[in-house]
Amino acid sequence: MKLIFSPVLALAGLPLFAAEDLSKPLEALRSVKKEGDGNEAAGKAWQQIVKADAQSLPEVLKGMNGANPLAENWLRTAVGVIADEALKAKKMPVDALVAFLKDTANSPGARVVSFDLIHRADAKLAEDLTPTLLNDVSSDLRRHPVAKLIEAGDAALEKKDKEAAVVAYQKGLGGARDEDQIKALAKKLRDLGQTVDLPSHFGFLMSWKMIAPFSNAERSGFDTAYPPEKELKFDASYEGKGKDAKWVDFTSKDEYGKIDFNKPFGMEKSVVGYAATDFLSTEDRAVEIRIGCKNGWKVWLNGELLFARDEYHRGAKLDQYKLPCQLKKGKNTILVKCCQNEQTEQWTVEWEFQLRVCDATGTAIVAAK
Amino acid sequence: MKTISICILVGLTAGLANADWLQFRGPNATAVSTEAKAPAEELKIAWTADLPGRGLSAPIVVGDKVFVTCSSGPGQETLHVFCFNAKDGSKRWERAMRATGRTMSHNKTCVAANTPCSDGDRVFALFSSNDLFAFDLDGNLLWLRGLTFDYPNASNSLGMSQSPVVIDGTLVVQSENDSESFAAGLDVATGRNKWKLERPKAANWTSATLWKGVAALQSSKGILGVDPATGKTVWNYEDGASTIPSSVVHGDLLYAVSRGITALSPEKGAVTQLWRNEKLNPGTASPLVLGDHLYVVNGAGVLIKASAKNGDEAWKLRLKGPFSGSPVAAGKRIFIVSERGVFQSIDPEAPEGKVVQDIDLKETVLTTPAISEGAIYVRSDAKLWKLQ
Repeated sequence: MKLIFSPVLALAGLPLFAAEDLSKPLEALRSVKKEGDGNEAAGKAWQQIVKADAQSLPEVLKGMNGANPLAENWLRTAVGVIADEALKAKKMPVDALVAFLKDTANSPGARVVSFDLIHRADAKLAEDLTPTLLNDVSSDLRRHPVAKLIEAGDAALEKKDKEAAVVAYQKGLGGARDEDQIKALAKKLRDLGQTVDLPSHFGFLMSWKMIAPFSNAERSGFDTAYPPEKELKFDASYEGKGKDAKWVDFTSKDEYGKIDFNKPFGMEKSVVGYAATDFLSTEDRAVEIRIGCKNGWKVWLNGELLFARDEYHRGAKLDQYKLPCQLKKGKNTILVKCCQNEQTEQWTVEWEFQLRVCDATGTAIVAAK
Repeated sequence: MKTISICILVGLTAGLANADWLQFRGPNATAVSTEAKAPAEELKIAWTADLPGRGLSAPIVVGDKVFVTCSSGPGQETLHVFCFNAKDGSKRWERAMRATGRTMSHNKTCVAANTPCSDGDRVFALFSSNDLFAFDLDGNLLWLRGLTFDYPNASNSLGMSQSPVVIDGTLVVQSENDSESFAAGLDVATGRNKWKLERPKAANWTSATLWKGVAALQSSKGILGVDPATGKTVWNYEDGASTIPSSVVHGDLLYAVSRGITALSPEKGAVTQLWRNEKLNPGTASPLVLGDHLYVVNGAGVLIKASAKNGDEAWKLRLKGPFSGSPVAAGKRIFIVSERGVFQSIDPEAPEGKVVQDIDLKETVLTTPAISEGAIYVRSDAKLWKLQ
């Protein structure tokens, strides 16, 4: 009897899944797709993965590399369960997690989780790592060092050391990618007499050719392909709503890059306008076109529709919609359709958008001259 | 055969207890506790648990476990599901995920706005970002969906708050907005669609109610009764309804938040209007029926008692408002918490109604309480309280 049970007892002391055994369950989590496809297999695989030893955490985190957002959540929760046990047992593999964090080939989302685990296991170590993350490819990881620089600037200011405060704030602004931190830093710097060019920092596209008004009666203009969707002839004029629609040049003076149709065309209702601009890229590259708009809108890049949204006056904010796309080397034409509806309340006056081209971190990509 | 049937019935219902509060507004989404044990006359804070993020979602209670959702982070991208011990408020488990849909919302609401629901074995947590997670009661992730990942225009820039309901193996979720507006019935075991319905293209923050096993889906167009198994229409009331407070069922009747309150008797293929009182206008809070009376909290924070039989008004009682959350009831008391965090216990049988106790929770509360085992659970953006 002893001979039969001993191996079983010996095995019981080992982690149920060594790192090399996780490949199949990890693949099951990575295979989930839209509309619940893969959920059944993922549910079973998740149960296997959460039994893994703490030493497997980097391997599970690696599963997030290149995974879709749904798979990332499957993996994120599995990491959370393993990490809870590792913390209780004081077996968090901190060195391996630091190595994982430092390897920027790993996905930003996985590295954020890794940093959080380091912080839970060793807050001092996380603190020490923070300054190294100021120019990280993850905007989430940048928040910590930017916050520290804001604190440092504030502390310097309390000691009446304006010069040191400006240095800290400027360094913070250079790393900041989130609007709240950028706004706070811009105010602090301006209060100290410094110049801050927010449109350049964000990379808003400020100069456009615009044409309006076409009809959006009963909101039907959203799906009506008016001439600018078929041709971009900037010297042409077309029959519009109550008047001819002609192209005009428009350069925004707004610090947040708002391209306001009300300015060149008046406060029209139930109308459609278009704005077009060229963006010169030095290379073929992946970018994100990010738009904020509280009107119905469509965006095309080089004639390809990227996204369309028929929601009116529910709110707008910076980077409200992120549209991953591919720029080609040379001239790229961006066309925006912006639809105003029939509402007459004061909060429905806006007929505008803001748009920028940036990388996935939110760093502005500057157009070539 | 009879013995077998009884065994099956007992087996099927073993996971559910009368004291469970399984969804927004509890048993059958009526906001009225069905358990015999009523809360004490004089309530005190039994325990307080800290929460790491915002939430308009109400707690739910399954057995001795209290479930709460939160959203945190600079853009509220981190989604939390918590399980606490009802006895002492200690944390049993927490899961943290990241939003795959849009997290933008009006400042007054947040991403954890939809109340989770449970079938007694699983907890279904839906967020304004349209992320949906199914856990067992021990925190094992059973499945997940990203409904905006699936349907990219399903979102509302003001935020969404429609709480799901679960009926006989189908989870009914709504994502009703100005653009890609839909309701769907999902298999509770897999999260896959059983059916998906196009819904009116208009922002909607109401939650489904349950009428005799039918999911009653409210929108600005009216209230559509659908078979939860198939999504097929059972009846349809088309005279418009509110897009904020939700309607309530009592017995065979549906008290619709429609042109005030309209009492409806739905039947297969038809809906009969019994009465309408346009002066019974709920503000943000949803109405409830306790005994023979309907209770409505209007936009001025006044509780109105009216006959459930004909809508005739009995009295009005000014409460300490304003209110975003809805009232709930147990025994002979109605409970509600104001936006300023004043918990109020009301005796609705007093001649003109009477607030018999209030407790200042000293925090903003925008949500609806839950009741279980004679205790009341209330949450804010930072705390979960048990009052007993």
